[in-house]
This record gives sequence, structure tokens and C-alpha cells, in this order.
Amino acid sequence: MDVITSILTITIRAGTSLTIATIGEILTERSGILNLGVEGIMLMGALTAFATVFYSHSIALALLVAAAAGALLALLHAFLTTTMRANQVVSGLSITLFGTGFSSFLGQRLGPAANNFRLVGLRAERILPFSAEWAQQIPILSAFIRQDFITWIVYFLLPLAWFFLYKTRPGLWLRSVGEDPQTADAMSINVIRTRYMYTIIGGMLIALGGAHLSLSYTPGWSENITGGRGWIVIALVIFSMWNPARAVWGALLFGGINAVQFRLQASGTSIPANFLNMMPYIGTILVLVIMTWWEALSKKVGSPAALGTSYMREDK
Amino acid sequence: MTIVFEKRKSTSVPALVLVPLISFIVSLVLTAILLLVFGADPLKTFGAMAKGAFGSIHGFSETLVKAIPLMLTGLGVAIAFRLKFWNIGAEGQLTLGGVAAAGVALFLEKAFPGRSLLFAAILGGVIAGALWAGIPALLKTALKVDETLVTLMMNYIAILYSEFLYYGPWRDPKGYGFPGSRIFSEAAWLPRIFGRAHAGIWAGLALAAILWVVFKRTRWGFELQIIGASQKAARYQGISVERNIILAVMLSGALCGLAGSFEVLGISHRLQQGLSIGYGYTAIIVAWMSQLNPLAVPFVAIALAGLATGGDQVQMVMGLPAAMGIVMQGLILFPMLAGSLFTEYRIRTVRAVSKTACVEHSKE
Repeated sequence: MDVITSILTITIRAGTSLTIATIGEILTERSGILNLGVEGIMLMGALTAFATVFYSHSIALALLVAAAAGALLALLHAFLTTTMRANQVVSGLSITLFGTGFSSFLGQRLGPAANNFRLVGLRAERILPFSAEWAQQIPILSAFIRQDFITWIVYFLLPLAWFFLYKTRPGLWLRSVGEDPQTADAMSINVIRTRYMYTIIGGMLIALGGAHLSLSYTPGWSENITGGRGWIVIALVIFSMWNPARAVWGALLFGGINAVQFRLQASGTSIPANFLNMMPYIGTILVLVIMTWWEALSKKVGSPAALGTSYMREDK
Repeated sequence: MTIVFEKRKSTSVPALVLVPLISFIVSLVLTAILLLVFGADPLKTFGAMAKGAFGSIHGFSETLVKAIPLMLTGLGVAIAFRLKFWNIGAEGQLTLGGVAAAGVALFLEKAFPGRSLLFAAILGGVIAGALWAGIPALLKTALKVDETLVTLMMNYIAILYSEFLYYGPWRDPKGYGFPGSRIFSEAAWLPRIFGRAHAGIWAGLALAAILWVVFKRTRWGFELQIIGASQKAARYQGISVERNIILAVMLSGALCGLAGSFEVLGISHRLQQGLSIGYGYTAIIVAWMSQLNPLAVPFVAIALAGLATGGDQVQMVMGLPAAMGIVMQGLILFPMLAGSLFTEYRIRTVRAVSKTACVEHSKE
């Protein structure tokens, strides 16, 4: 396998969880709800998926449980921010705090008592990439083919999400709720129900992103397995200007940073590992600055106009 | 009957007290359920937590050790949040404050003789925290870059940088491979009151009072209040929004930097692992539960520190995960968030007017 293909393989593998979660967060934010709980939901997704597969040996059940956990946390966020009109930033942060604490709690509580670290460091079934040996000889393309089935689902999910948002009627309704809830309401679109629905769907996808980490990318459970990926997802949403079609570039870029970092470390470079590990975070800040600057220059506003504001009929 | 929400002209005072109280009770109930699910006795656990946190001199001193950084970072976060500047970078500002204080204490011994070393080190930490917070403030005001993400990403950068220092160039050559710098000379140690609780508590309490006066009684505090309510209104008043945001956010970072320098000068006496253990994130809860009121911050900080110390105790005594303290912190927040509706809105039930009633009414 040549170097480019191998870097690309790792890039796509690393980018998978980022991409699913980014699509989820785009759907959520398009409805006008900012969910800063991504990191916590991904952690809970990763934990519940691994715990389920450890006990039931069923990958399908693991994915289902993770999605349910994500849906529950997202439901809580939707309830607090739409029905109770809580501040979206603080609510999201609380979800992240809770998810971080609760996943760590469960990780130390579930698992065999015989193991000192409980769930940490155990092995279980994992999702394997397709071996597809026939594809091994094809450079570049084999990097795309020889991936696990979740990555394959992402290949289809990306264009599907784009098509849904821009080419279908429910997609138009969703966008209008995020842009101008008053008008959407006047057009008899149920604003509250739309926001609930897409926050929950978003939460499920975000949790599946976490599940991909513990079932495939770095199989097993370790505390803070996401390592800040949830926050990178929020940056990726801005990077993609709330358009799923562009989410793939961001996810590949950040997956690529991971892959390059991995290779540099393996090659024994003289740059200290700490500085290499800073790359994704510095990258995120640079991307944000550039995107914001570009947005100002081109006078195009990418973010849904009503993002982060609660909606109530009585308010003017 | 339909339920109608009316926005209150001012926040309801009884709700302001009742909501945190009820939230605390709700979180106790939820935690009790969680404990029952995992086969632990809730009453025994809560008892052990309370005893561990407040039941002995040693326990209380450990609670204060945690409360001091929470107080300072909580105050810092509250300043920024009052301006609707979502600074979630307290953790990084604290870490870099600790790094700078350690740097001064380790390498500027000759320049600052005697006790002046301590003050120089504290000042170093404060300045580092302020400058680190200044970067996202500048990006926000000059380029409108979203501060939530920038402050958060900068946490990771600061923490990785501190790791680089104590694993790398600052590592104690005589430390048998222990990841940490050498111990500072005693001139840079912050005096202790009892147990490990140090003089930083006085600074925390004093700053809470000073900030309250600044917010309520000074012109600058008034300007910040207007900016927080409406930047547009502030501009009409001729207030420099950008300058004030940068200043306030740097002050926010300075307090977090102070917290970091107290951690290294008062507790560990060296730069080592364990400087960044999440105080900066808990600070967000402290600020929010205090309703951004500086006077409430010390109380909330001590209460949450008690939960964390209690959590540690529960781990040692009952073998429950220490993360339970964090879970409880999260469980307090959710009812608090839901309750903010009642402080800001008045809820009335209105009898629905039926169609026939309308018709009859119009006939009259």
C-alpha cells in the first residue's frame, strides 16, 4: 500500500465519527437550536455502545442503545431550551458536563467486578473494515472501499442529508424554522415540534459518532475517549456553513490532521508530541477565523438567523 | 384554560432563592435513584459525603482547597457571562496562570529577593491569564469570531503546553523521572491557614466583595450592564463596546490566572500534573448557579467543592466512583435551567374564551 493511500485510509477512518456527528449537529442547528452538548452526547454514545456490545455481543443492539442514549440527552436539551426556554449555551454545556461525568461514572460501575478498572481496557466485538482484498491493488480508491459499514453509511448519508435540506419540502420547513420562526409559525409549521424532532435526530447521529469511536476507531472504553472531538464537530458545522455537502471536507481535513500527526509520531520526528497534539485545536481556531473573515467579506451569512434564540408566540 | 407566559419586568426574588433550593433537592432525589439502581444506600452515601466534606477539620480544609480555585474562576466566568461573552476557557487561563507563576518562581529567584518573589509570581500568573483571555476577546471584537470555540480550543493548547514543560525542559533532573518541575524556594510559597487551605481564600472572598461593588456601584459596572443587556443601546449611549469587552474579558482571564498561580504557589509548590483538573469547567456552573452575582459565588463554590470532596470520600469509604460528584453537579444544573423560566416569566392560566361566548358578547 502506498503512503497516500494509507494516509487516506486513516483519514477516512478518523473522519467518520466527525462526519456523522457534524451532520447531526447541522440538522439541529438548522432548526435554530445550538447544541453544545455534542462532546457529552458522543461520550455517552461511546460508553453505552461499548457496554452493550460487551454484554450482549451484538453490534446492532449497541448502535441502537447508543442512538437511544443520544436521543434522551437531546430530548433533555430540547425540553430545557424550547419548552423551558433556558439559555441554549448553558444548557448545552450542562449536557456536556453531565455526559462527561456520567460516562465516567458508568465506566467505573459497569463491567466485571473482577476487573479493577471495570469497563476500561476491556475488549469486545468490534466493527471491522471490509477486507475487500480485490480492492487492495487499486491505489486511492481502496482507501474508500476498505472501510467499515458505518463509513459506508456515511457515504450515502452525506448526499442524502444535502438532498433533504435543499430539495425536499420538510427540508425547506426545517430551514425556515431556523431562519424565521415567526413566519414559519404563520405558515402553520409547528416550530416547537420541528425543533424537538431535529434536536433528537441530531442527538442520535451525534451519539452514533461516539459509538463509532468505541466500536471501531479506538475499540474499547477509556474515559474521555472523544478527546475533544465533540468540540471540533461544532467548529466543523461552522466550517461547512451549515451545509452537509461541505461537512465532508472539514471532517477529512481534521481526520487528515490526525493521520499526519500519527505518521509523524511513528516516524520519530524531533517535534515534541505535545505540539503535534495541538494541531487539531490550532487548526480549528484558524478555520474559524478564516471562515468568519470570509463570511464578512462575501457578505454571506451562513448561520441560521434564529440560531440560539428561543421561540415563543407571546414574545415580540 | 390555557397557560400563558408573561415576561416579568424584573426577576422574581422568591424564585431566585427557591429555584436553587428546589434544584438541589431534585438533584438529591435523582442521585438517590441512581444510587439505588447501582445497589448503594443513598442515605448512607449522602451522610458519608457530608461528613467527608464538612465533618472534620481535615475534610473542611480539603473542601476549601477546592473552593478557592472555584471561587476565583467562578468570579472570572461571571464577569464574562455578564457581557454575554461565553468564556469557557477558564481552564486554559488557569493552567497558563499556573505555568507563568511557576516560571517566575523557578527562574526569576535572583531578580526578586525574599518575599517579593511570591508577589512577582502571582502577578505573572495574573498577567498570563489576562493575555490568554485577551486573544479570543480580540478575535471576537475585531473579527466577530465565535468566542465559545476559541476559548475552548485554547484550553487544550494551554494544557498541552504545560505538559510539554513539566515533561520536558522544566522537568526536575533530580526527580527520578517524576513528571514535574523542581520545588520552588520557600519564598514563593503562599502561606497556609490550616491543613492545605491557603491564604488564597481571603483573596477570593475580598474579590467577590470588590466585584460586587464594581458591578453595582461604579460607572464601569453600569456600562458593562448596559453592554450585557444590549450592545446597540450601549453604542447609542456612546459607550465603547469593543474596549469594554476586551477589558472585562481580560479581567475574567486575570482572575482565572490568579486561581492557577494559587494552585502552584499554595498547593503543589511546583508545576506538575494535576494543575488542570476541571475547575475551569465547574466554574461555569458556579457562575450560573450564582446567577452571575459575585456575592453568591463564594457560597456556591464552597457547596460544589463540598460535593467534590464528598465524592472523593465516597470513593475511599464506599468504593463508589468519584465521578459521582460531577454527576451530581450536572443533576443540579438541569432543574436550575428549567427553573430559570420561573424567575423570568410569570405563569398565568387564562380561561379560554369559547366561540359562542364571543358571538354572544358581540351581539350585546
